[in-house]
Amino acid sequence: MKTNSQTTDKAMQTTFFLIALASIMILFMISVFLFMEGLPILNHVSLRDFIFGEYWYPTSDPPDFGIYPLILGSIATTFVSAAISIPLGVMTAIYLAEMASVRFREIVKPMVELLAALPSVVIGFFGMVIMAPFLQNWLDVASGLNLFNASLMLGFMSIPTICSISEDAIHSVPNNLREASLALGATHLETIIRVILPAAISGISTAVILGMSRAIGETMVVLMVAGGAAMVPTSIFDPVRPLPASIAAEMAEAPFRGEHYAALFATGIVLFVFTFTFNIVADYISNKYRQVGDSTL
Amino acid sequence: MSKSTLDPSLADDATKDESKATKPVDYKIEKLDFPDTNYKKVIQTIVFGIFRCAAGVNGLALAIIIYFMASNGLSAITWTFLTQPPTDSMTKGGILPCIVGTVCMSLGAILIAYPIGVASAIYLNEYARPGKMIRIIRLGINNLAGVPSVVFGLFGLAFFVVWMKMGVSILAGALTLAAMSLPVIIGSTEEALRSVPDTYREASLGIGATKWQTIYRVVLPAALPGILTGGILGVSRAAGETAPIMFTAAVFYTPYLPSSPFDEIMALPYHIYVLATAGTEIEATRPLQYGTAIVLIALVLGMNLAAILYRAKLRKQLS
Repeated sequence: MKTNSQTTDKAMQTTFFLIALASIMILFMISVFLFMEGLPILNHVSLRDFIFGEYWYPTSDPPDFGIYPLILGSIATTFVSAAISIPLGVMTAIYLAEMASVRFREIVKPMVELLAALPSVVIGFFGMVIMAPFLQNWLDVASGLNLFNASLMLGFMSIPTICSISEDAIHSVPNNLREASLALGATHLETIIRVILPAAISGISTAVILGMSRAIGETMVVLMVAGGAAMVPTSIFDPVRPLPASIAAEMAEAPFRGEHYAALFATGIVLFVFTFTFNIVADYISNKYRQVGDSTL
Repeated sequence: MSKSTLDPSLADDATKDESKATKPVDYKIEKLDFPDTNYKKVIQTIVFGIFRCAAGVNGLALAIIIYFMASNGLSAITWTFLTQPPTDSMTKGGILPCIVGTVCMSLGAILIAYPIGVASAIYLNEYARPGKMIRIIRLGINNLAGVPSVVFGLFGLAFFVVWMKMGVSILAGALTLAAMSLPVIIGSTEEALRSVPDTYREASLGIGATKWQTIYRVVLPAALPGILTGGILGVSRAAGETAPIMFTAAVFYTPYLPSSPFDEIMALPYHIYVLATAGTEIEATRPLQYGTAIVLIALVLGMNLAAILYRAKLRKQLS
């Protein structure tokens, strides 16, 4: 009887371990299949021409597969959106963790979570139908579907990520640091800026990186709102065509296993490498500079 | 510096200078004390006001989006809209096939991902000891959570649709969505398991139960409500995504409701995208677009709100 239950115990542990490996397996399969379908593009263009080629005309004859403008489009939207989401997200986090009364926190926190839950296609639709005409009239630009609009929408999509991770980090700063600072006569604001933010900085950096990773990988918003022109942006109101938008828009019309199909998978590899790097860096920072006690400040 | 320590007279001078200097400084501090605090208070009030506004902006953004969607879309919601398939090449009629498609696919996704996610979380939280293996598994989960949705779409296309020969089908879409919602489920299940006090486990192990008996009889029942919340969040995530199903399951138009897992389907998010960008009469179908968006928002936010409220209630009970 005893041995029986112990065997079950051992068996269950092994089973759970094998299932826990599923996530890694999926990640592995994703990279295998991306590379399998994407690498054949190197038979048609060199890696250099693919990454740094300035022209993306996949359907013309002969086709041009240079994703440089797409990469720049992605980077531009990500950075402009970060300029919106980082201040807003971190300030909201400080508000929630340090200032808000319990009642107010209970209202604001679910709001942020709901903002995170809004389907991206709805935000894209909003940007396209309501924000774009508004921007066009208000700023007097050629088209409301541009880099700025896309960044605005992406910014609001990455605020919840930045906010919730930063809030956790600020919340986990030991209370005696706070009390020590206040006891020395510092005001609440000085305590936040000089003591709490430095102590929570690794968590906040992780939050920022993960938020940017979400913005660079977001598809529907940039597909519907960014304008779709595959050119290097020169102003914040230029239309752009970020990497995910290009993949989503063109996959349906790309001939199966043709050059264009492979080029889109290769674009997927580039995107995957981007977000993978972001995530590894975030993981490294959060582990390396983790605030263990109050002595490591 | 070295000179002053060698030469006693100079050192004396220095201390004298200091003692002379301290008095006025002390006086100064005392005198400036009140205005200085006031000044700091004003700054603090201003900065805190900005923080408060930043927090408000989030709520405002959510309110604006929902307000515009609702004010434009609610009039489109009729009984016919919810229960009829599209007619007249998608310029009239309803969205029944999209609702059915989205429900089928997200339920399918959760049926696949939920057991795997819960089991992974149990391993990570109950069995695993700190070490290299658990670091690698966690890194894998974090990275899976960060994979762009369109890359999941590419993976689904290459692996499920082409390599496993499922074709564009509900099954392929559900599997792709399952892979995507796995990290969400693992995350919230782990949170639920963590909130079970260790004393429960110790008591059970102390009376001679094995690890598995403890998990099955003690930990899981205690964590069950939290784990269910994770399931709801997983379904809502799967229901709202567009990019992963674009190449794997969804089509522009199909007049039939799905009858087998190998059918292709229409889905709410994809329907919004198609009507808003690729239709022939984009302006004429605006009401349909808003209506579809409202149904999707209601579905996704409704599930999330339920999960959030339920979790808040649970936390209150536990604390």
